[in-house]
Amino acid sequence: MGSNPLFSKRNVWAGLLFGIGLAAFLDETIFHQLLRWHHFYDQSTTDVGLISDGFFHAFSWFATIGGLFLLADIQRRDGTDWSRWWGGVLVGAGAFQLYDGIIQHKLMGLHQIRYVENVLPYDLVWNISAVIMIVGGVYLLKRRQKKEDPSHE
Amino acid sequence: MNNGGGLFLDVILILPFLLLIVLYISAAIMSSRSRHLQKWPVHRSILFSLGVVCAGSAVIGPLAEQALVDFRAHMVGHLLLGMLAPLLLVLARPVTLLLRTLPVSLARKLTLFLRSSYVRVLSHPITASVLNIGGLWVLYTTDLFHMMHEQLWIHVLIHLHVFLAGYLFTMAMIYMEPVAHRYSYLYRAVVFVFALAGHGILSKYLYASPPSGVPKSEAETGSMIMYYGGDVIDAVIIFLLCLQWYKATKPEKMTEAHS
Repeated sequence: MGSNPLFSKRNVWAGLLFGIGLAAFLDETIFHQLLRWHHFYDQSTTDVGLISDGFFHAFSWFATIGGLFLLADIQRRDGTDWSRWWGGVLVGAGAFQLYDGIIQHKLMGLHQIRYVENVLPYDLVWNISAVIMIVGGVYLLKRRQKKEDPSHE
Repeated sequence: MNNGGGLFLDVILILPFLLLIVLYISAAIMSSRSRHLQKWPVHRSILFSLGVVCAGSAVIGPLAEQALVDFRAHMVGHLLLGMLAPLLLVLARPVTLLLRTLPVSLARKLTLFLRSSYVRVLSHPITASVLNIGGLWVLYTTDLFHMMHEQLWIHVLIHLHVFLAGYLFTMAMIYMEPVAHRYSYLYRAVVFVFALAGHGILSKYLYASPPSGVPKSEAETGSMIMYYGGDVIDAVIIFLLCLQWYKATKPEKMTEAHS
């Protein structure tokens, strides 16, 4: 198993990008298209919210594809380190979901998770699962770092 | 609309588009006869023809007619004219074909022009993005959209701009042809994200504040066509840009690394 230190950072980056992209992609397919809980546009959306949403959408669209190409590049150089990559994916996906759940949904009024009387349970599940993903990702990365040569950083 | 005259006019308007396809395919056949040149791949002629058909169907025929009165049809037309047609045409590499078909002296002149500072400024990723996305913002957030339906020359000019800016943008993002002034993959990726964001923001903005005279339901559907349709075509461009990076950064000592 190759754990080339040259690629350790690249594994994390490839994972982060793909994680952000994956979270945004699942958000779009599951909550916008399949369940139809999210709305394409909400009258309460602020201008900042619209701009933030636009940039995150564009970035995540690129990151999904670009992240996979980065992974393919590490693969062909025999540098893949799956626990680093998965760590990156979880942190990326969790961070995006937390940003979406707290900043975009709540502060910028983009749209709510579901249009029901009491949205609080949805918000809680959404944001807590985001935190769990981040914690899980950081744990994977830390554990990996400890196993490595301690002289490395 | 008067059908008889419309049909006759359509037939006349189709001619330049047909001519383009004929010219491309003749160039492909002629240049492939040359002994020191490789055969021009058939799939490029197909891509070119499809591209011309996409652009043509946005400005001639039933879709173009419907687009005058229906914002949804207008958006489908713009996706075809400003995004899909440019992508297909860029993939067909018409400049490369032109360079290898023209007599050497003319080809040299064309190369000199492509290297000029004029082309450099115009084909810069940021210039191309501003012309492309900025143009759309001006069209949909000012009176221009309304004026387009009143004056024929404005109508023609806008459609020409949408196509040319879309072509310029696609060309500046994925280098399919000999490009004199190149920018790094990361640079183009960053500019692309900004352009895509500008496109997405405008789409959602139109959902709530459509151009004057566009009914709410048409605006909402049209805005979603623009948003998701743009996403699909842009995903292809992103994929190609990444693929080019992937090929260009192929490690030289692949076999050694595997041992």
